[in-house]
Amino acid sequence: MTHLAIAPQFDDAAQQHESAALGMWAFLATEVLFFGGLLTVYTVYRMAHPAAFAEASSHLYTWIGAVNTVVLLLSSWTMALAVHAGAHGERARIIRMLAATMALGLAFLLLKAVEYYLDFHDHLVPGRAFRPDWSTNAPAAQMFFILYFILTGMHAAHMLVGVLVVACFVAVIRTTPSPARHANALELVGLYWHFVDIVWIFLFPLLYLVA
Amino acid sequence: MSGISLSTTSYRNVSIVLFTLLVVTLVLAELHLGPLAWVAALVIACAKTVLVAVYFMHLRFATPLTRVFALAGVVWYVILLGLTLGDVLTRAH
Repeated sequence: MTHLAIAPQFDDAAQQHESAALGMWAFLATEVLFFGGLLTVYTVYRMAHPAAFAEASSHLYTWIGAVNTVVLLLSSWTMALAVHAGAHGERARIIRMLAATMALGLAFLLLKAVEYYLDFHDHLVPGRAFRPDWSTNAPAAQMFFILYFILTGMHAAHMLVGVLVVACFVAVIRTTPSPARHANALELVGLYWHFVDIVWIFLFPLLYLVA
Repeated sequence: MSGISLSTTSYRNVSIVLFTLLVVTLVLAELHLGPLAWVAALVIACAKTVLVAVYFMHLRFATPLTRVFALAGVVWYVILLGLTLGDVLTRAH
């Protein structure tokens, strides 16, 4: 089906593929614990101040978060199709699907930027400009927004890295003599992209749908 | 890449299920079920994660060792969260 180049340290294509997947999953385990640590802080504070968190969450733009969830789910779909095309060495389809993934990733970041602007405008950014006139427990409300900005900010940083890596792959696949040679690497980019999607799958209900 | 045999139709079907679960999440949030809503939202998020990991991330076709690596992060996170909550939930005040 494919014509993978096998590096000298591997017995065969299957072993090479397993090694690549193992390495990526090991990295993703560290990423689970990175976001997991932040989500643990979130859980502890939310259990301590459930009412203040629900009140603070209601000031977020839920519709932007919901649209962004749709955008990310779509991007995971196109990324899965890009990996599928990669396994079959179909250059044009890989590039089309990667370009779609990149466009959806950029759309997510654009919507996120608009949302941050609106949050700033609403005085929801922790610090001197933080003015929760609506809040009965301002310190807890501020903690919610600190966690909101750290969690979504770190997620957006991961998205940005993903978009840049996908852009590099579009350039590589365009010029390579054999797209099938890059099938394993493309699958690893897919693993990373889907992981970032999974992080958002948890962030959306935890941050936006508290009430 | 041996053994990966999902068709583009399967990817489409998984995506449709994921979008359906998102709609269910939004509808449940509108119903204001109280504390139950948090549990329901997390259960749905876990279901979506399993779908993405098994189909999009190809755990379905992965070797047992790769599956162990994939589960390792989750197992250590459950320990982290479990021991932390064990402290926080049992404090006297």
